[in-house]
Amino acid sequence: MPRITVSVDGVTYEEEVEPRLLLVHLLRDRLGKTGTPVGCDTGNCGACTVTLDGRSAKSCSVLAVQADGSEVVTVEGLARDGRWHPMQEAFHAEHALQCGYCTPGMLMAAIDLLRDDPDPSEEAVRRGLEGNLCRCTGYTNIVRAVRRAAAEMSRAPHERMPGAAEDREAAAS
Amino acid sequence: MIPAPFDYVRPASVEDACRVLADAEAAGDEVKVLAGGQSLLPLLRLRLAYPSALVDLGRLPELRGVADRGDHVYIGALTTHDEVMRSGVVREHVPLVALATATVADPAVRHRGTFGGSMAHADPAGDLPAVALALDCVFVVRSSDGEREIPAAEFFVDYLEPALGPGEVLLGVRVPKLGSGWGFHYEKFHRTAQAWATVGVAVAVRRGDGGAIEEARIGLTNMGPTPVRARVAEAALRGVAPSPAGSNGSDPLREACAQADAGTSPPADLHARPDYRRHLARVLTRRAVGAALG
Repeated sequence: MPRITVSVDGVTYEEEVEPRLLLVHLLRDRLGKTGTPVGCDTGNCGACTVTLDGRSAKSCSVLAVQADGSEVVTVEGLARDGRWHPMQEAFHAEHALQCGYCTPGMLMAAIDLLRDDPDPSEEAVRRGLEGNLCRCTGYTNIVRAVRRAAAEMSRAPHERMPGAAEDREAAAS
Repeated sequence: MIPAPFDYVRPASVEDACRVLADAEAAGDEVKVLAGGQSLLPLLRLRLAYPSALVDLGRLPELRGVADRGDHVYIGALTTHDEVMRSGVVREHVPLVALATATVADPAVRHRGTFGGSMAHADPAGDLPAVALALDCVFVVRSSDGEREIPAAEFFVDYLEPALGPGEVLLGVRVPKLGSGWGFHYEKFHRTAQAWATVGVAVAVRRGDGGAIEEARIGLTNMGPTPVRARVAEAALRGVAPSPAGSNGSDPLREACAQADAGTSPPADLHARPDYRRHLARVLTRRAVGAALG
């Protein structure tokens, strides 16, 4: 079986994996990172979104072997020093979740979106999150939360993007 | 669902990959090439494919990147959609590729999915094959016997079937620069945000000095088992001078575009019947030509 080395939420793991093992199952079943849910299992819903080497990816559409040597950040890696990530704070403040199943993926996709567009319009948020479905249809508050987080993060630029090199340097210093 | 078991091979070079593929195919094994996996992994999970092995090209940097090569832009097969749509070279010289790529799936999929993977998957519902047809791209492939080039018009053989022979790997795609005076648009109709195109229309159009259309190139997405050129509409558009809207109620562009579905054999599925797809092709072609004319 292939042996892989993968960093997840800042911890390096060495695992022997079957080639067919999906990244989301590595995270959940082997590493206990159950914060990342399996949603549709067809690559449509985005609930399982994580960042892989700094960019959003649907972990049900990546083999664990493909993540060999990579850095994964899940929703469980967002909080730091007991404080939520500004995106998590904003989702809380804006009541941007109902059942909560899509929330981990929404958070990861939204944080990725702000990397490219630190001040997205409502339209840009909707477009940027098109790969993430909320079956409660709670999009209005989700969009509001992303824009609130964007405003918050622009006021506190030291707040970070998961997996970003500059962030690791900041954390180390 | 969990995919059925398969072996996994990560070749260290393109030569290696060609050899592995040729050996496996000679032995009668069903092997699949893995690029970004954004189409393949869903197929494996749904158990619609049972390859005995995956050959992962994802770690071959020589297959990745965009290069300006004078009369064409070369896009390495493993270049991700995200890299393609952000590439300054692509946006400047082959903007139709950037426009269509930006409509592929969603951001997370575009981070992983690749330009060459979408082509080699040869799904007629994919957005990029129709663009390759409209622009007369050239596919560069390699096997242990050497390199060869396949014109786009011969690359898409049938549903999910590219013209790749045993042991052949797609290295990259040459996208011709059309030069000045061209306008471009990709018009896509789909039911939900990141869904596959029910129908898509890729248009490149050039006007002469007098304002009349001199040349139109139209590629259709999901109007048959392969992407197709709307040759009849292309011919009908030649010489048409777009008149100011509403001058006398007639619309010569619409009349020409009403032949966009000629010669197609659109599929029937959950989303649309063939006659509805034909209607969409006509309407979307009119919209795309109008947008491309600016």
